[in-house]
Amino acid sequence: MAKAYLSIEGIDKSFSRGPATTEVLKDISLTVDKGEFISIIGHSGCGKSTLLNIVAGLTPATSGAVLLEGQLVDEPGPDRAVVFQNHSLLPWLTVYENVALGVDKVFRRRKSAAERRDWTMFNLELVHMGHARDKRPSEISGGMKQRVGIARALAMEPKVLLLDEPFGALDALTRAHLQDQVMQIQATLENTVMMITHDVDEAVLLSDRIVMMTNGPSARIGEVLEVPLERPRRRLELVNDATYLACRAAVLKFLYERNRFVEAA
Amino acid sequence: MSQTAPIGADVTPLPTPPVRRAAEVIALPKPGAARLPKLSAHANAAMANVLPPLITLVLLIGLWEALCSSPSSALPPPSQVITDTWQLIVDPFYDNGGNDKGMAWQLLASLKRVALGYALAVVAGVALGVLVGQSTWAMRGLDPVFQVLRTVPPLAWLPLSLAAFRDGEPSAIFVIFITAIWPIIINTAVGIRNIPSDYRNVAQVVKLNGLEYFGKIMLPAAAPYIFTGLRIGIGLSWLAIVAAEMLIGGVGIGFFIWDAWNSSLISDIILALVYVGLVGFVLDRIVAFIGSRITRGVAAA
Repeated sequence: MAKAYLSIEGIDKSFSRGPATTEVLKDISLTVDKGEFISIIGHSGCGKSTLLNIVAGLTPATSGAVLLEGQLVDEPGPDRAVVFQNHSLLPWLTVYENVALGVDKVFRRRKSAAERRDWTMFNLELVHMGHARDKRPSEISGGMKQRVGIARALAMEPKVLLLDEPFGALDALTRAHLQDQVMQIQATLENTVMMITHDVDEAVLLSDRIVMMTNGPSARIGEVLEVPLERPRRRLELVNDATYLACRAAVLKFLYERNRFVEAA
Repeated sequence: MSQTAPIGADVTPLPTPPVRRAAEVIALPKPGAARLPKLSAHANAAMANVLPPLITLVLLIGLWEALCSSPSSALPPPSQVITDTWQLIVDPFYDNGGNDKGMAWQLLASLKRVALGYALAVVAGVALGVLVGQSTWAMRGLDPVFQVLRTVPPLAWLPLSLAAFRDGEPSAIFVIFITAIWPIIINTAVGIRNIPSDYRNVAQVVKLNGLEYFGKIMLPAAAPYIFTGLRIGIGLSWLAIVAAEMLIGGVGIGFFIWDAWNSSLISDIILALVYVGLVGFVLDRIVAFIGSRITRGVAAA
């Protein structure tokens, strides 16, 4: 039996505050292949970010386990680099220093100082941010910050790249531009990516598989949808593509018919 | 003007007179207003900043002069203060031995004590603040103690420290230390506790070790809070040194004031107060300047 690259096995997660316990995730099992782009979609509050944090090692699971290349994940590390929703760049460091922080730590023994510098710049160029290397995060736009966030994560050469609603805080045009860039980078580097999103189009456009989660509490995996679209994918050509539309319809149906968002009354 | 009025009249024939009147009012002041700031933008800005405090100062001194110039007045007017203390003003560096030294030496002696006590408070305060901010148990254990001790007035510590050190000099330094340390501890702890969890997550993903986390994340992230504490601390130190020196004696601006009172040299007291105020102001500005320099990136985010 071939072992999965990343495997999430029977994850439960509950938060307890005093006597009250809320079960957020219930029996989540999922395997991701190497080089696969997988999206996790669900209504807000369904615990998808919690799932990502468990894979990242930032939040411990109540039960179950995450295995990456057969190794148990029990703490955060650069092999599962996260692109955070709100970029999380350190405001007192320049763009270059933000990326170099990870590079210097991860490659301290394996690369010389000059190699590390080149590698940092290479990753900044990859997201077209080389020109802003000496700017501080407060001096660049939201889209640029997120690109630096992506460069920081990529520069650690993660086994799995974890994206936590990476484009959620951006305007539609910037978002589309960044999605195209992420697709390009993924085509070149063949990263394994796990992305949290609540945007149906984004999920269909970028993913090989879409994992749809039911509403919390006790969210489960409702359905897993394969997206059999050829790569490279072009946004404009897909607008009227039958497969694209069918996938889109399937996700929408799941989200709005079978698992309508329940307002907390 | 002759052009704008008909256009307005075409669109809305009825309210023609108000339109024309409005056009006249706007058109006239524009050229003058546009030229003025171009000519003297810098001079204007300087005037706007300097003029109000200058006017206040002149008014206050005038009022003081008016109130105190009668011969029966208990306090000297400003003109009298200046003539009385002219020797002290023009020669701040004389040294006749003992306590009979120029104002500069007196202030320097006080500043030296403040520098020592404050420096100790900064080191100990930031260290304790980090401890209390990082560890929930340290906070639970230490915070109540801090909250009680910080309300003890600075001078109340003086007899105790005199008893412990059996000497005025270290006692004064200890009073500065114990005065300045509380705001530094408390603000540092708040700053550490308020570090966004995102930054902690970044540090965890990158796997920074404890020392790297302290230097690269914790200190810069908490710097704005720490500097708030440092600024309050330097202000309180300067407040406390004058009172402490009055009691311990020796060279120093505090004892200079007390000595002047004992010799009924009211003008000397007033001059000393002006110097104390100016030095305190400068100290505050220096710490604020360093703070704004160091935290420039953080504040903008």
